[in-house]
Amino acid sequence: MRWILALLLLSLPAAAAEEQVVLGLSQDRVAITADFDGSEILIFGAIKREAPIPDGPPLEVIVAVAGPSEPVTVRRKEKKFGIWVNTDSVLVDSAPSFYAVATSAPFKQIISDTEDLRYRISIKRAIRSVGAAMHIRQAQDFAEAVVRIREAEGLYSIRENTVAVDEQTLFRTSIDMPADLTEGDYLTRIFLIRNGQVISEFETTIDVRKVGLERFLYNMSRQQPVWYGLMSLVIAIAAGWGASTAFRLLRES
Amino acid sequence: MHIYLPIAEVSVNAFLLLGLGGMVGILSGMFGVGGGFLMTPLLFFIGIPPAVAVATEANQIVASSFSGVLAHFRRKTVDLKMGCVLLVGGLLGAALGVVVFNYLKSLGQVDLLVKLCYVVFLGVVGGLMFVESLNALRKSRKGGGQVAKRRQRGWIHALPFKMRFRTSGLYISVIPPVLVGLCVGVLSAIMGVGGGFIMVPAMIYLLGMPTKVVVGTSLFQIIFVTAFTTMLHATTNYTVDIVLAVLLLVGGVIGAQVGTVIGSRMPAEQLRVLLAALVLAVCGKLALDLLLQPAELYSLGTDGGH
Repeated sequence: MRWILALLLLSLPAAAAEEQVVLGLSQDRVAITADFDGSEILIFGAIKREAPIPDGPPLEVIVAVAGPSEPVTVRRKEKKFGIWVNTDSVLVDSAPSFYAVATSAPFKQIISDTEDLRYRISIKRAIRSVGAAMHIRQAQDFAEAVVRIREAEGLYSIRENTVAVDEQTLFRTSIDMPADLTEGDYLTRIFLIRNGQVISEFETTIDVRKVGLERFLYNMSRQQPVWYGLMSLVIAIAAGWGASTAFRLLRES
Repeated sequence: MHIYLPIAEVSVNAFLLLGLGGMVGILSGMFGVGGGFLMTPLLFFIGIPPAVAVATEANQIVASSFSGVLAHFRRKTVDLKMGCVLLVGGLLGAALGVVVFNYLKSLGQVDLLVKLCYVVFLGVVGGLMFVESLNALRKSRKGGGQVAKRRQRGWIHALPFKMRFRTSGLYISVIPPVLVGLCVGVLSAIMGVGGGFIMVPAMIYLLGMPTKVVVGTSLFQIIFVTAFTTMLHATTNYTVDIVLAVLLLVGGVIGAQVGTVIGSRMPAEQLRVLLAALVLAVCGKLALDLLLQPAELYSLGTDGGH
């Protein structure tokens, strides 16, 4: 009896992760250099399984890449005394600086709403806004505004049908990262979905970092602000004086 | 060629920045204004975060003013004594302005108040200058030779602490220039500009300084006030982007040289009509932004309001 129980327990995790992701990334670091102009990351992988491919609807894949989250203050303008003034504001507790979702089929068709809620996959679910004040009308509009504004800036995107899945075993997609990236760890999640249920989740991070001169200047501005400020002034004045002298010499010659 | 700005954390075209710097530099050299009141809104348009735009602009004004003032020193059109008196007021004003700025920031209305400041000041100054300089133009055309008009001896001459300003040919109390410097300092800290567009008319109409000296002297004062502002921003908000500043000032410094040459060849009255028209145009644009319904009613702030 005890024997059977132990066997059951052993087989449980195996059953839960019947199909697992083996992942490859074209790069797991994005280096922000002085001429950084955006980046394209190829995300590809295979699905490891011990048993034959189950019957029923095919396997679907969702890839979600999220930049570091931070609180965002959203302000709304209203017309007062003839001019447009910021009136209400809502603090959205955490919103990723970048969020891209790539799916292998239309989002609504492949994943159930409860699973989306549980794993916070769709863009509107990735934003958390708990502390919206009660006295503000349509607090939901504020969270929607974050999505709308960032979508317009190309920072948030949902790209349906951009994950290619071959033979329910191989998948690949590419995520475009815009030039205006913030530094940080970009959490990359891959979901395997069958029948609207997430059957496996895999997480990894893409490291987005400034390098070289960018790194040096950024660190200096935070760690030695006085010297950074003085250096900025000296460089500015030197350039001003240099150009002035060059111009005069040019005219005199 | 795109370039990634380390502090602003955006990627912009380097030639666009050089071009903007050059254009604003020409105007700065011609009129003796720092150009901040034009450059700061332009930087907003190309997507630089406002806090970075304001702080970096202060740094860039230092450089473009420096090369401008050197040219004026050579032509002996800087009143050093007057500049120092203005500077005393300017530094006090800038410190005061930062306090006011932080207070407005805590109220969450700083954007609106900055814009309202722009509209009110640009409107009043631009309007006054436009009317005055048009009248002067008409007169000089009719009367031919210019008769040096004696300044009326009003309340300004009744004040104590008189000082002789040889370069300007003035003998007046130090109180008005210190007050002018103070006001400009406050405004420059709040609005993120050098303040030349306020100071130049104030020096001409309030203090009665000769136009040719005004430009160099205001540039002299602006250098120190904006350097002070730059340091304040760099140490408290970490928003000075040196890469952005260098690109703007490479264009700006060359532009300022060209502008100084153009300015010295143009008659003073026409120069003032042009400056007035420019000030009014910027004022009109900002006023429209406040009056018309914006396309996006919501705006995002990243500091999280803490």
